[in-house]
Amino acid sequence: MTDFLSSYTKFLSPYLGGNPAEVVIAVIVASVLVGFVAASAVFFIWLERKVSGRMQDRLGPTRVGGKFGWLQTIADGMKLLVKEDIIPGDADHMLFRLGPYIAFCGSFLAFLALPFGNNLVAMNMNIAVFFMLAVMSTEVFGIILAGYGSGSKWSLFGGMREAAQMVSYEVPMAICVLIPVIVAGTMNLNLIGQQQTGIIWNWYLFHDPFTFCAFWTYFTCATASCKRAPFDLAEAESELVAGFHTEYSGLRWSFFFMAEYGSMFAVSGIATLLFLGGWHTGLLPKQASNWLENDAGTTGFVLFSVLSVAVFIAKGWLLVFVMMWVRWTLPRLRIDQVMMTCLKYLLPISCMLLIGVSAWQVLPHGVLYYLDFIKYLGAFACVALVVLTIYRIFSTRSQLPASGAASIWNPTRPSPVVMAKKS
Amino acid sequence: MTDPIGLNHCLYLGALLFVCGAVCMATKRNAIGVLMGVELVLNGANVNFVAFARFNPAFQMEGQMFALFVIVMAAAEAAVALAIVLNFYNNHMTVDVDTAEELKG
Amino acid sequence: MDINFHTFFFYLIAILTGICAIGVVVTRNIVRSAAWLLFTLAGTAGIFFLLNADFVGATQLLIYVGGTLVLVVFGVMLTAQGPFISMKTGAAEWVISTIVGIVLYSALTYSIFTSSLYFPNPPHADDPADSRNSVKLGMGFLGLGVGPEYHEPSDKVGATPPVRTSYLLPFEIVSVHLLVVLIGAAYLARAKRRRGGAS
Repeated sequence: MTDFLSSYTKFLSPYLGGNPAEVVIAVIVASVLVGFVAASAVFFIWLERKVSGRMQDRLGPTRVGGKFGWLQTIADGMKLLVKEDIIPGDADHMLFRLGPYIAFCGSFLAFLALPFGNNLVAMNMNIAVFFMLAVMSTEVFGIILAGYGSGSKWSLFGGMREAAQMVSYEVPMAICVLIPVIVAGTMNLNLIGQQQTGIIWNWYLFHDPFTFCAFWTYFTCATASCKRAPFDLAEAESELVAGFHTEYSGLRWSFFFMAEYGSMFAVSGIATLLFLGGWHTGLLPKQASNWLENDAGTTGFVLFSVLSVAVFIAKGWLLVFVMMWVRWTLPRLRIDQVMMTCLKYLLPISCMLLIGVSAWQVLPHGVLYYLDFIKYLGAFACVALVVLTIYRIFSTRSQLPASGAASIWNPTRPSPVVMAKKS
Repeated sequence: MTDPIGLNHCLYLGALLFVCGAVCMATKRNAIGVLMGVELVLNGANVNFVAFARFNPAFQMEGQMFALFVIVMAAAEAAVALAIVLNFYNNHMTVDVDTAEELKG
Repeated sequence: MDINFHTFFFYLIAILTGICAIGVVVTRNIVRSAAWLLFTLAGTAGIFFLLNADFVGATQLLIYVGGTLVLVVFGVMLTAQGPFISMKTGAAEWVISTIVGIVLYSALTYSIFTSSLYFPNPPHADDPADSRNSVKLGMGFLGLGVGPEYHEPSDKVGATPPVRTSYLLPFEIVSVHLLVVLIGAAYLARAKRRRGGAS
């Protein structure tokens, strides 16, 4: 066990005995992880409805739980719990019931190896990234069984398309994950996070142009592997009703959604750790964070841990928000366009980036010393861009269109139909 | 439950997987069922390899190396076998191996 | 009684894997057979993790479950027209196969039981956080060899350094093999103009 968990086990052992202490710690850790995934899913469902509403010029849920609809997801959850559990007549009972659980297990197991802070990981593995990718690839089977087990042609099509898409996108995703692993020299996510201490230019995102491009490529592949738009053929509401989960209702359907939001957070967590500095704020220099963690007593350590977890979760949630933002902005791709993007664009791009970053690692030291300034340049450019964008968002007032059509914001203008008839 | 696992326990499991795969190859009429039997056989062999790699102090990594090669070759063989089965299905409209007897006699 | 959790989980996963393997054989529906095979492969991956081979276990999950099995299930879906989902094997065949299977398993078990192979002290299992499996496998595949990592200087006069076997050539051969298989399978399974009936 890691240092973090073994110290808790030793603390409990005198009270409960050796074996029960291990079981109790394991159960507590598992419950914390499941609780986190479930709470994140609840938050994401609400966030999705609000974000989609705002991007479509409407408000989203506003009635349940106050002005912002905080309790909407709770209400949705209660509705799903009391819904009738229907299994279609043609369905294969065993496979129909099995699908959601396999998908959820595949997405949840990945959280075992995801560090939330320095050494704050359930299972500190030396092959953490590889393990997470491997376990998330078993989700495909849940989709296939759900699609086939529903006993309907449309579910089968959705499931098959979805399986082909997820399996194809695993290849460029794994190559893009390999790129920061080459820079870091280890697959241990804990160590990769520890290597990015200090100011923001130490993040692997800015390390060299190849890792910078690798982040965007990885994010695209991750969006596709979570079956989010623009790659959401499986749930294409305008085509296949709801794809592979058409026949699912109530709690079974919510398992699929917990699986989807769970894997969205897991891939965002991998992106955060590999590219965006993990649990480090990027503002504290290395000496300051080391002092806080090691030399400031127990309160300092607790403060540092809480800060790390908060920063990591905030970065993860930010990336999930970007996925939602992209979903409600871009139109959906057809299945042939999806496969073409993977095989003709993302795969060659990621191979070129892999060659590039390998070449960067074997450059002679003198050349590397001079090329190192790129990371400062990159960091300054990106931070300046972000700050400028936020400033512009908040400084320009949004204006109602002066000569617009009648809408809920502008009820007094005559509607376009009336205006057309008049002219 | 207190004794640590020995080599023999893993070998029993490997043998069980192997025998299940062999019986699956012998009894299934669906060609893809036969292919599943082949996968089981290869998995049984892999369990044996990794068990020896773990318990034999003279081995460094050879068992795990070979297990990796077996996994890769099994994937390759499954691809070709499925291509053959699909060809057979396209020509004969069936995947029943009992009907694949045109080379007989 | 102090339960060794490693042993407990090994028995649990091994028994579940065995039951699922028997399930693959016994089930008549081909799609359910594939589902049982999924659990068998996942159980085998769990056994690999318990045997300290974490890289091989993760590779098993990624390639076997996420690749080969998906391929097999695609094949099942493409050929699963009504009557082929559950094809019945005759009772006589079942009896003979079961007898042969039991005889084979007894022979294997007997040879395991009476073998003189005895490895009482396996090397200490690494903590997963310190496992150097991927390093050693990588070194072997790169041609730097699998063998004792540090060369202790020997006192003997004519001592040769320990032999390190390199796996670079099989690695390259497997790469070319995979390319050949990719092209071959794509060619074999290409869409052809349908000729009416049997060829």
